[in-house]
Amino acid sequence: MPTYQIKVNGASRSVNVSEDTPLLWILRDHLDLVGAKYGCGIAQCGACTVHLDGQAVRSCVLTAAQVENKEITTIEGLSKDGSHPVQQAWKEVDVPQCGYCQAGQIMTAAAFLDKNPNPESQDIKSAMQGNLCRCASYSRIYKAVEKAASNMS
Amino acid sequence: MSTSKPTITFSRRDFMRTSSLASGGILIGFNLFTACKPEAKPPVDLASLNYNDFNAFIKIADNGAVTIFSPNPEIGQGVKTSMPMLIAEELDVAWDKVLVEQGVLDTNNYTRQVAGGSQSIRFGWEPLRQTGATARQMLVNAAASRWGVDPAECSTSEGVITNGAGETLGYGDVVKDAAGMEVPDKVKLKKKSEYKIIGKDTWNVDLDKIVTGQPLFGLDYKKEGMLIASVIRPPAFGQKLDSYDDSAAKQIEGVLDVVPFGDKIAVLAKDTWTAMKGKKALDVSWKNDSKLESTTDHDRILTGLLDGKEFQTLRADGDVKKAFAGADKVLERTYESPFLPHNCLEPMNFYADVRSDKIHLVGPIQTPERTAQEIAEKLGRNPDEIHLEMTRMGGGFGRRLYGDFALEAAEISHKAGKPVKVVFSREDDMAAGIYRPAIKYRIKAAVKDGKVTGYHLKEASVNSNMYGLIPNFFPAGAIENYQVDVAKHDSNITTGAWRAPYTNFLAFAEQSFFDELAEMMEVDKVQLRLDLLQKVKGTTDERIQYSPERMEEVIKTAVDKSGWGNQPDGVYQGFVNYYCHNSHVAEVANVEIEDGMPVVKKITCVVDCGIVVNPLGALNQIEGGVIDGVGHAMYGDFAFENGVPQSGNFDSYRLIRINEAPEVEVHLMENDFSPTGLGEPTLPPAGGAVANALKAATGKRLYKQPFIKYPELLTVPEKEIIG
Repeated sequence: MPTYQIKVNGASRSVNVSEDTPLLWILRDHLDLVGAKYGCGIAQCGACTVHLDGQAVRSCVLTAAQVENKEITTIEGLSKDGSHPVQQAWKEVDVPQCGYCQAGQIMTAAAFLDKNPNPESQDIKSAMQGNLCRCASYSRIYKAVEKAASNMS
Repeated sequence: MSTSKPTITFSRRDFMRTSSLASGGILIGFNLFTACKPEAKPPVDLASLNYNDFNAFIKIADNGAVTIFSPNPEIGQGVKTSMPMLIAEELDVAWDKVLVEQGVLDTNNYTRQVAGGSQSIRFGWEPLRQTGATARQMLVNAAASRWGVDPAECSTSEGVITNGAGETLGYGDVVKDAAGMEVPDKVKLKKKSEYKIIGKDTWNVDLDKIVTGQPLFGLDYKKEGMLIASVIRPPAFGQKLDSYDDSAAKQIEGVLDVVPFGDKIAVLAKDTWTAMKGKKALDVSWKNDSKLESTTDHDRILTGLLDGKEFQTLRADGDVKKAFAGADKVLERTYESPFLPHNCLEPMNFYADVRSDKIHLVGPIQTPERTAQEIAEKLGRNPDEIHLEMTRMGGGFGRRLYGDFALEAAEISHKAGKPVKVVFSREDDMAAGIYRPAIKYRIKAAVKDGKVTGYHLKEASVNSNMYGLIPNFFPAGAIENYQVDVAKHDSNITTGAWRAPYTNFLAFAEQSFFDELAEMMEVDKVQLRLDLLQKVKGTTDERIQYSPERMEEVIKTAVDKSGWGNQPDGVYQGFVNYYCHNSHVAEVANVEIEDGMPVVKKITCVVDCGIVVNPLGALNQIEGGVIDGVGHAMYGDFAFENGVPQSGNFDSYRLIRINEAPEVEVHLMENDFSPTGLGEPTLPPAGGAVANALKAATGKRLYKQPFIKYPELLTVPEKEIIG
């Protein structure tokens, strides 16, 4: 199997995987970073969202070759201690029910707010609509993104 | 009526024991389910029990630190937070000093630990508080004995005991003495006005781990030497394995083994992706074993059942036939719903390590005891050899009441002789479902002299019918001649409980029907419901499940809070009141027209669930339940063609998203009734509220779910679009 050098949360990591292995499974099965979740495998639910050079991407449809020489950030690397303003807002609002989708929600929100620090209501809904929450904690996801935006400004 | 709390009779000695810990401090064990279920028998020989016989614990360390082990499975309903709150309240400790851990499960020793039916809080309310209070009293008795004073002169606050002279001792100071104290037979519980934890916003105990991506879920579980199993199952219900060729699969680098079992084949690899790839490379032939059913068959068969005469009668009051014969007017309507998959966002998975001397199981399961028993039976093993641990679950919704995936893991591990974790792909999860059955309801009402004199509800369902309490929900007791009949079609498609079983669709049918009945009778829609309730007041019918008084209160509050009847121009409202899972709910949907289409903008939801243990968690459950209800009524659809599910992933199965979610405004009734659960009761009314509001907006009535499938019924008359 080929070896790939990928940069995750600031550290260079070497992985031996088949060339079609999605980044999601590299993170979860080979690098013990299980924060990004498997939900659909076809970029429809957003549970696997990570940052690639600061952009929110679906790690379930990216391969190692596509992410070499790029900066990957997972929920584990968003902050050292859960202190990122989006994580803080998620805690203040007490967003999760089952919690399974929330890492993906937070990663989408963090990348979005980084580029749109003062979003309108409709911007938040458009930005977050790619992330499914089966428990439908959408009211709180919305509130937390709003709160994170106000905390960051 | 039986709307009040469950009958609880227990002796404290039967369910509590204390002991000193070698590491310091004491452990108090209690058997919640022996304590709270009247029909449950205490363990055979109490003296011989060890702490594994108890399903929840309080640990108090020498320094006073308190750990509460939460007894019940956590599927997102919040009991890992709310159940320990009940103990902490009566133990009288500061919540921010309490550490909560999921009780380690062993289905051999722990019994009746189930997440289902919104019952955890309802059944836990009394015994969990009793347990906290008992532990507190033992600590007080120990301190009083050391001081040589009467325990009655001592008080507690936040883990500190104070005597009449003002001297203090911390719980940690007396914890060793307390372990030797006799368990008191009677303890005093706090009054509601004394609560410091119950009724206060309390944050999810796993919050930090969730927002930082720490391993919590079954899919995150890892163990040295574990292999991932990807399983291919018959693609159609009604098919079985004929033959297979695994040579291509075995050529994939990393595929370690191919294990056939029953009509399924597992591909094993060290990592998930390789296992999934190996499964795809299997060349399998299937053969038909029984009839391959299609949605068109179900449609025809269920209609045939409703038209037929073969029913089981679940409740019959008076004489409905006579009522219809003598009626001035009769209304009859039929309502239809599809199968639904659960689609927990964490797909089904389970870890099993089956060895000759023991079986280790880990994963997300709502019914650990039953699942362990099934595995023991399947493998011909003694249940005592099984150790089962539960993980936090990425959703349950009823799917994880069934342990099929755990059985698969055990069978594969047994055959392969290795520890394995079965992991479903999303496609596996949707295709190997235990679905909500397709159901049709036919409702017929008789009206005479301006009164509803007869009501006949017929259910035609796949594989199973409504459970026995449902025929005693509203409007049972309100209409003199009332009958509920059920019939079913036996199918090879697997079906089971789905969040708020039966009521998740029945509420839509009945509440749509009441609206239409009010229209026919030319009376106010809410007034019709209130009038019906009057007859139930003071009923001596013990079978009636709901309280007409509490129902009336939620209706009146919903009218008030939603501005029912006073909505501004362009806002169309739909009203529903409902009782299920021991809670009373009213919901009002607001629909507005945007770009020529009706849009659900807001749901006002009024809930009477008695005392609210954790308002912050309660609101989350209520909002989620409402939006889930709106989403599935609007979009949820699942068809079969020759036994094959026609949706396989979220590109062909639509779940509601944030941009489609209405605002939810929640009002909780304040009273002193014992609390009831919130995992389910706000979901059923949502679909009906939306349908009734859509009727107001479009003039068209919806009889079938999902609504999105009938775009011609979602159009707005021209005059509404202008302006």
